[in-house]
Amino acid sequence: MHSPMRTPLGRVRGLGSARSGTEHFFVQRLTAIGTLILAVIFLCIVISLLGESYNTVHATLANPLVAVVILLMLLSITVHMRIGMQVVIEDYLHNEGVKVLAIIANTFFTTVIGLAGAFAVLKISMGG
Amino acid sequence: MADSPPRIVRPISPHLQIYRPLFTMVMSIVHRITGMALYFGTVLLVWWLLAAASSPNAYTTFANVAGSWIGRLVLLGFTWALIHHALGGVRHLIWDTIHGFGPKERVLLAKATLAGSIALTIIVWAIGLAVKS
Ligand code: HEM
Repeated sequence: MHSPMRTPLGRVRGLGSARSGTEHFFVQRLTAIGTLILAVIFLCIVISLLGESYNTVHATLANPLVAVVILLMLLSITVHMRIGMQVVIEDYLHNEGVKVLAIIANTFFTTVIGLAGAFAVLKISMGG
Repeated sequence: MADSPPRIVRPISPHLQIYRPLFTMVMSIVHRITGMALYFGTVLLVWWLLAAASSPNAYTTFANVAGSWIGRLVLLGFTWALIHHALGGVRHLIWDTIHGFGPKERVLLAKATLAGSIALTIIVWAIGLAVKS
């Protein structure tokens, strides 16, 4: 494989793009549009709840429509911010070990955010 | 793959620091910074949801912090970062259609993003304060 007779280009030629070269780019755009729409609705929900009591907030979040909007937004945001942060990591962290650790931490963080938020919404929805 | 030492040392393009900052360049950097700020800001969103799912006490704690001066300042920054990043994102989506790259359009889009983000943030907060009182 690492024959000194092969040029760097020769070594990677034919390996293809792993069929995922543009996936991050596309999903980043997809989630940008999704988040844009959902965040506008979410902002309206938040404004309507400003200064309201716990009971009102709880009842609003229990509304299926509100819950679904927030769940979708959490999904869209966490996918979007995970890819976004990975790009930033790949741009600035050049030490292979540090880079891999940062990418792992990024996945952990975004998963925790998404799951914790979804759990909270579902718990309220299910009457908790 | 990438760790094989390069045989030829090729010239590397000059780094960011040596360029005079341009408006469009700064806006690009701000898009990245607001993206990072929103990334960590999602902790507040989840705190709010978890507090509402936990107990009236937990919710009061959240509401007190969010309603404090520091809390409001952070939320104001959050609002602006979200709107600025969203408009910046729309700018990216326009570029994706191969439009908006001309010298005039670039500056116009950048100005519209900045002015729009500030105006919309003020409007959103004005509505918020009006609704609350
Ligand atoms: C809370 C919501 C959001 C978070 C946490 C977030 C986070 C991020 C992060 C961390 C990046 C990477 C920054 C970079 O590479 O410079 C990014 C990029 C991007 N964001 Fe967002 N974002 C959010 C909302 C939005 C919205 C609403 C839009 C919509 C229009 C959007 C559009 C984009 C686009 C198009 C990019 C790619 C920019 C590029 O290719 O350089 N984002 N976002």
